[in-house]
Amino acid sequence: MAERNIELNSVIELQRHFRFQWEPAQQAHVLLYPEGMVKLPGSAGEIMKRVDGVATAEAIVADLEKTFPGADLRQDVMEFLEVAYARGWIRAKQNQ
Amino acid sequence: MQGAGSVQSKINNPLWLLAEVTYKCPLHCVFCYNPVDYTQYGPELSTEEWLRVLREGREIGCTQLGFSGGEPLMRDDLEIMVAEARKLGYYSNLITSGVGLTEKRIAAFKQGGLDHIQLSFQDSTREINDFISSTKTFELKSKVAKLIKQHDYPMVLNVVLHRMNIDHIQQILEMAEAMGAEYLELANTQYYAWALVNRDQLLPSREQLERAERITNEFRARIGDRMKIYFVVPDYYATRPKACMNGWGSVFVTIQSDGTVLPCHEARMLPGMTFPSVREHDLRWIWYDSPGFNHFRGDEWMKEPCRTCPEKSKDFGGCRCQAYMLTGDAANADPVCDLSPHHDVVTAAVAKAQHAQTKAATAKNMTAQPIVFRDDKNSRKLSQKAQPETT
Repeated sequence: MAERNIELNSVIELQRHFRFQWEPAQQAHVLLYPEGMVKLPGSAGEIMKRVDGVATAEAIVADLEKTFPGADLRQDVMEFLEVAYARGWIRAKQNQ
Repeated sequence: MQGAGSVQSKINNPLWLLAEVTYKCPLHCVFCYNPVDYTQYGPELSTEEWLRVLREGREIGCTQLGFSGGEPLMRDDLEIMVAEARKLGYYSNLITSGVGLTEKRIAAFKQGGLDHIQLSFQDSTREINDFISSTKTFELKSKVAKLIKQHDYPMVLNVVLHRMNIDHIQQILEMAEAMGAEYLELANTQYYAWALVNRDQLLPSREQLERAERITNEFRARIGDRMKIYFVVPDYYATRPKACMNGWGSVFVTIQSDGTVLPCHEARMLPGMTFPSVREHDLRWIWYDSPGFNHFRGDEWMKEPCRTCPEKSKDFGGCRCQAYMLTGDAANADPVCDLSPHHDVVTAAVAKAQHAQTKAATAKNMTAQPIVFRDDKNSRKLSQKAQPETT
């Protein structure tokens, strides 16, 4: 299937069969998938928390800037999403 | 964690819990890593006991859960465990031969929240698949693979490689592709338990191994992201040991069918060590405080050449069980390491593997050799002479 890279207007969703959750024992968010787990501490967890299959990358940036006022987060967030995409954690939702 | 200090200043919480819910199995694979003396074990944990163990595992931080065996489908309460696992927040995996995975059961697992299924195949050909596992299961497995797809599970295929099937690597890869596998584990046999008993029949030659790796790499380049392929080399061909279990008591915990808790699947064989049961202690105490789990933590226990080795924080001296099986002392360096004074044990086994017949054997000519199938009768026989294979 043809997937695009992440753009500002892309709706972002978790990769199929991935699960994102809060781990009390680690005090961190984690991403779970077959045979593995990624710990997403701090800002990585904050970004991934907003990946819900509804919000666009732009909306994720806006929501983070609202939660953490005074910071220009666009570049950091987009960079993180690109990395997450390259690692196969997330994808841009197909045209609906 | 591997800072300057060598003492167990900080014990990390476990992440992986492997539940070997039963040692009953309809297959009789000659490379099985289950303990050869499994017939001597006490009664299996009850449903209630397993549910308690799952809760305790989650409380101390385990996230990945494997239901394994034996064949875990032999437990008819697996559906209950699966549903509880999902409720507790595990990411759960059913590790199965596929025998017993009916439409009804897979639907129940899906509904209960099982996250994925790892299906084992013994080979791409019916002849070898059925011979190695000593059953007629090839067609059944193909059906199960379809069921897994239909229920929107990622297709994780596991094929254990050895000298009798490794030359079929091209067909194995094509079979995986035809099935739509998303993950393919080509795991060369590790020589423990039944596989150690059958090592001479299973260890491939270097030539076989190199060919298989080359073909796998070519296939990988062609298929790209569609299939993630893991090729696990047999450690006998390495010059440094594997970082076994990522370190003793570091991330991994196995619960055996009778409730015995181990830092790896094989550790129960180690002499002079006791591993507690969940019937007597809770998992938290077992993980953090039991002598068995602390025994090989850190590096205080190490002997030379590990003790002063700059790589000790990378491979932790390799595998304790392999050290015991091949050198007679679990605190020795894993003899796979070419710095080990016992490395010749491994090179001798490897040398032997070069001379033996390298062509993929057929069921017909293999039956002439004393290959030992994993079954109850052989388990009882082997239990009577359970000794390390010292040399």
